[in-house]
Amino acid sequence: MSWNWEVLSETGLQFFGKMSASISHEIKNVMAIINENAGLLEDLTVMAEKGVPIDPQRLRTQSERIMKQIRRGDEIVKGMNRFAHSVDERLRQTDLNDTLALVCTLSGRFASVRGVRLELEPPASQIPIVTNPFFLENLLWLCLDFAMGCAGAGKTVLLKAEKIEGGAKIGYSKLQDLATFDTGSFPGDREKALLQALKAELVVHKEMGELVLTLPLQAGG
Amino acid sequence: MKVLLVDDEHELVSTLAERLTLRGIEADWTVSGEEALSLAEKNTYDVAVLDVKLPRISGLELKRRLHAKRPAMKFIFMTGHGSEEDFRNYSAETSEGCYLVKPVSIEDLIRTMNDLMKASEVKP
Repeated sequence: MSWNWEVLSETGLQFFGKMSASISHEIKNVMAIINENAGLLEDLTVMAEKGVPIDPQRLRTQSERIMKQIRRGDEIVKGMNRFAHSVDERLRQTDLNDTLALVCTLSGRFASVRGVRLELEPPASQIPIVTNPFFLENLLWLCLDFAMGCAGAGKTVLLKAEKIEGGAKIGYSKLQDLATFDTGSFPGDREKALLQALKAELVVHKEMGELVLTLPLQAGG
Repeated sequence: MKVLLVDDEHELVSTLAERLTLRGIEADWTVSGEEALSLAEKNTYDVAVLDVKLPRISGLELKRRLHAKRPAMKFIFMTGHGSEEDFRNYSAETSEGCYLVKPVSIEDLIRTMNDLMKASEVKP
């Protein structure tokens, strides 16, 4: 069966753009915090020059805050770099836990705006799979986007990756509103195209409030 | 002048408030739209500086709710995004120039706040 390249290309580009915009927003926030903290350091310096006594602890706090934001910015850029390189190869061995963690990190801003908490269950062991990393990230995001929409009053999505016989599965659970949620258009064309490309399956357990994505250990290509 | 600062980045909004206070501007701050509404119930602010992307309540929605409570309050939006679409949407909700892109210079912010206050004094 041939892949639906038209849908894959369009959804892929949209995903790449959405994540890039979110990353740029995060970097802007980091820069804004550094800007304010550096500005306050400057204010304190001007006050000291005018003879106002300044507690050295205040200066230390400001520089620690700046260092913290530089570390935060560094993590954001590392994630961005890893995400950008996920289009390098059509097939690559990757650890499913790492990919899931990356998608959670990239989605953090969207979750925060929607007031949803993402809980990533600590991995029991590595889950090496050979797959198209970008398609996988795109599918994980689309499922997460849908899951956040039906998280309900609990406002939590629990994500867990685990190895199963001949493959791996990812659960999105604690979806309190899934039972009553209109899932008519999910999975839609985009999800179906990605499921086909990744040889994956998606099952919606409405009563259990859970989505389960099953992937082969080798997606082929 | 008394201002209300709302941004979900705690360190940004608390430090900005401190810097404004050093310049003689009374500033309260919060990281949530819900608390902003609560603060506006208890206090009168001349200007509210709102982040565009707030958790649960968007900056636009918060502006509408604050305006309903305090019609005299002026608004400035701050955003990490600088898209044309955002600019159009948010400029339509405020006076021209009241949409500032992070990182914001404190001088620009204070100038914008002063301009808003002067504009409101001129109006009959």
